[in-house]
Amino acid sequence: MKILVPIKRVPDPALKTKVKDGAIDLTGANWVVNPFDEYAVETALRLLENGEAGARVAGAEIVVVTIGPEDAAQQLRSALATGADRAIRVDAEDKALDAGVVVAALVQIIAAEKPDLVILGKQAVDGDANQVGQMLAGKLGWAQATFAASVELAADQKSVLVGREVDAGVEYKRIGTPGILTVDLRIVSPHSVKNNVTPATFAYPDGPRYASLKGIMAAKKKPMDVKKLSDYGVTTTPVTREVGIELPAARAAGQIVADIPTLVKKLADEAKAI
Amino acid sequence: MAFRGLDYYGIDELLTDEERLVRDTVRDFVDRAILPGIGKHWSAGTFPMELVAHFGELGLLGSSLTGYGCAGTSPTAYGLICQELERGDSGIRSFASVQSSLVMFPIHAFGSEEQKERWLPAMAAGKAIGCFGLTEPDFGSNPNGMLTSAVRTADGYRLNGTKRWITNGNIAQVALVWAKLDGVVRGFLVPTETPGFTARTIDGKWSLRASVTSELHLEDVNVGEDAILPGVSGMRGPLSCLSQARFGICYGAVGAAMACYDEALSYAKDRVQFSRPIAGYQLVQRKLVDMVSEITKAQLLAFRLGRLKESGKLTAGQISLAKRNNVSIARDIARDARDILGANGVTDDYQCGRHMLNLESVYTYEGTHDIHTLVVGQDVTGLAAFDR
Repeated sequence: MKILVPIKRVPDPALKTKVKDGAIDLTGANWVVNPFDEYAVETALRLLENGEAGARVAGAEIVVVTIGPEDAAQQLRSALATGADRAIRVDAEDKALDAGVVVAALVQIIAAEKPDLVILGKQAVDGDANQVGQMLAGKLGWAQATFAASVELAADQKSVLVGREVDAGVEYKRIGTPGILTVDLRIVSPHSVKNNVTPATFAYPDGPRYASLKGIMAAKKKPMDVKKLSDYGVTTTPVTREVGIELPAARAAGQIVADIPTLVKKLADEAKAI
Repeated sequence: MAFRGLDYYGIDELLTDEERLVRDTVRDFVDRAILPGIGKHWSAGTFPMELVAHFGELGLLGSSLTGYGCAGTSPTAYGLICQELERGDSGIRSFASVQSSLVMFPIHAFGSEEQKERWLPAMAAGKAIGCFGLTEPDFGSNPNGMLTSAVRTADGYRLNGTKRWITNGNIAQVALVWAKLDGVVRGFLVPTETPGFTARTIDGKWSLRASVTSELHLEDVNVGEDAILPGVSGMRGPLSCLSQARFGICYGAVGAAMACYDEALSYAKDRVQFSRPIAGYQLVQRKLVDMVSEITKAQLLAFRLGRLKESGKLTAGQISLAKRNNVSIARDIARDARDILGANGVTDDYQCGRHMLNLESVYTYEGTHDIHTLVVGQDVTGLAAFDR
């Protein structure tokens, strides 16, 4: 079985966003793998190994791909260090990309790689667009299951049963392969991924795995292809346009009122909340 | 907010991608697995044994060695691992230093093939723990005066003596004991279950409370021919191990200093007295800037040390200079951080007090500050200020 995991680098979400001259200031930014994409890599690893033995299922392959500038190779290396087998970087500047361009490129990569599953993060935490997985399924005409909180690969590997947290509870849907999966945070809980190989009782640690030092050393030797958008015949250009960037207004200081009647009056007259 | 480290001079750019990835992996691990529980362990005086298996899985033990289940990272990457672990706690870094530099390194460098096969894969995986017995109750800075002795027997050696201030002593499966055989210092790998070997913890410490420190007693401990490290004799053996460990300490001290600086900076920006955050007052800024200045210099020393080691040019004097400088500035920074935090700095709600107390040990062990001064003093003057 072959799984393709597209990943995106994003500015470290733990750091404060700086805005300068009407644009997000990325000088000295610390780039990390989009957290949901890390979960996607972890999902692929769990689907294709015997978790208890820690060994990959024979013949299984995980390919990670990113579309971005040369620096983005670092994020691919970190995915290789956790256990992905090979990587493809499609060279492109961030401003030459939007969801449409990314999907156009992925369609061609998928045609070349022929994966059984494509697993993506449900969204990237920079733009929070939440579009690529769905658009990709549409373009390919493949089945999709979005916001996966759990997944079980059938023993015959012909389908996956996906649990999705919806307002009324958990919705389960089975999709055939090849298919598109986008994953939510819950997918990296200890028992969220089942593959009929790892014993059902086996509990993974909560969250994506760390790259081991041996994994980091091995990642250096794993293949990383570098391609251009034109190699895939992609001529699509971005249709989304950045109009402006501004931070939300800072919150005004709170007020301390003397008594309940004043509070009620303020809520009614000033805040118009009651 | 996740710890980002201080990098005022863009030293990150000098590291390889791989070194940065190792550093960031351990940094994240320290945030998630060590920091949440370390304060409790420190207060209780217990070592977090649950971490050892994780160290093994990550490959942090003996990381810069090659083969035998070790990762084979660059020395600089090993230093960065020490830096991040000590950013968590000096006691945790001590555990890793002893395992990696003081026990696995000499087995790798001086051991027989059988000794390597028996111990290195298990130690790399965290399934066996090692300790290093050099210091004795009456022989600290002058280890060559050791009283521990080995005599030949019909089928091996018999060891007698006492070792003190031994990190990991009570949790180890193997002790590398240095003893005099016919007046020459030799290393012996002693399984701690051997009859006559006992370890007793040294309690009541004000420092490195999350690390196990022991006294080892060897009373007619009989070991086989295969216990002796064949590849080295004389003080070169233990001293080469200490050079490895001190190299890691040069980085580790930077980690502790950065943790204290980070805490002091964020506290000073939040804590309002009179009209503004205390970070806005000149005396506090002076302290913070001194920290930035000293940490930056220490980072550059450590970085250069790594590259010298990689090119095989590193001298013992250079290690002594960096150990002496980096631990000393880390101790001063921990104290200044405690000062900036005021009364809050003396509680275990904050980490600078823990680092401050830990660093007292780091200042003294692996060659005291004063002894390193004399090592460099001898190096530059050609005159030894101590007996040889």
